[in-house]
Amino acid sequence: MVRLITHNLLACHVKGCNANNFPLEFRNVELEIREAEFNPDFVKGFLPKIEWKALVDTARQLGDTSLPEEQPEMLDDDFLKNLHHVLLEIHVEEGAMVCPNCKHEYPIASGIPNMLLAEHEIA
Amino acid sequence: MIPTPDLSHLTSKDYNLVYEPAGPHLPLLDALEADLETLKGAEPRICLEIGSGSGCVSTFFARALVLLYICTDINPHANRATQATGRQNRRLQRRPGGIGGAWAGGWDGMEVTNKFLEQVEGLLSENGRFYLVALKQNNVPEIRERMLQRFQLKSEIVIERRAGREYLYILHTSGRDRHRVDMKMWHL
Repeated sequence: MVRLITHNLLACHVKGCNANNFPLEFRNVELEIREAEFNPDFVKGFLPKIEWKALVDTARQLGDTSLPEEQPEMLDDDFLKNLHHVLLEIHVEEGAMVCPNCKHEYPIASGIPNMLLAEHEIA
Repeated sequence: MIPTPDLSHLTSKDYNLVYEPAGPHLPLLDALEADLETLKGAEPRICLEIGSGSGCVSTFFARALVLLYICTDINPHANRATQATGRQNRRLQRRPGGIGGAWAGGWDGMEVTNKFLEQVEGLLSENGRFYLVALKQNNVPEIRERMLQRFQLKSEIVIERRAGREYLYILHTSGRDRHRVDMKMWHL
């Protein structure tokens, strides 16, 4: 499953590609929305691990504008529910993730990202 | 006791392509279950499983701990099986399940493990824990010595047991550096 929670943790790992290699850009995506059980503690606990700007920018590219530019100080229920939806309910089923730096393409098929590199690309 | 995941969606055809969730998986599950309270106390958020096969270990564990489970395997059949196992059990449990993916790198026994060990310290969070499933023929004392000398990772053997034809070890080590992954499982 490629959800934004996972995407937020993925950087390009091609040999020598160490800068501007995050976040990967989605291309030609097919999305599916799948409801997931809302667990406010999980979402709250995960927040410190999130690269906020990358998450907001990516969500907007995928058409979801529910998250504010800046992470709010007050974590009310509405905010946590929006965050829950963005992180866990938007599934990228098909398409690709492209490195903004080296342009390497990581394909996504049936919801599974292929992060494998060719032998010469491995550090 | 954590209930065993529902694997009824996998058939013998699948097991020609991915490891059957028997034997080698059980000692790892036992080790995780024995550490469950400690693990809960560390408040982990992410579990990375490398070599997830049928997806049974992460799915099993998802029943006890709600985390983000990232599962990787170099075998595409295993990716699909992991995803299917996660979905099958999420329906029943209404919890986040496993995530398919792929591990970058060739499959060459210790060579891959060595590469991985180089990164473990940097990947684990401060309270992070790392479980390694090793076979006797992997030379466990040598792995532990190398983890210590080359990577400054102190390990302990938490389980040592015959499982079917294999003699398995579960090694455990803790992270010291702050990073974003809290828990790892790695099958040799």
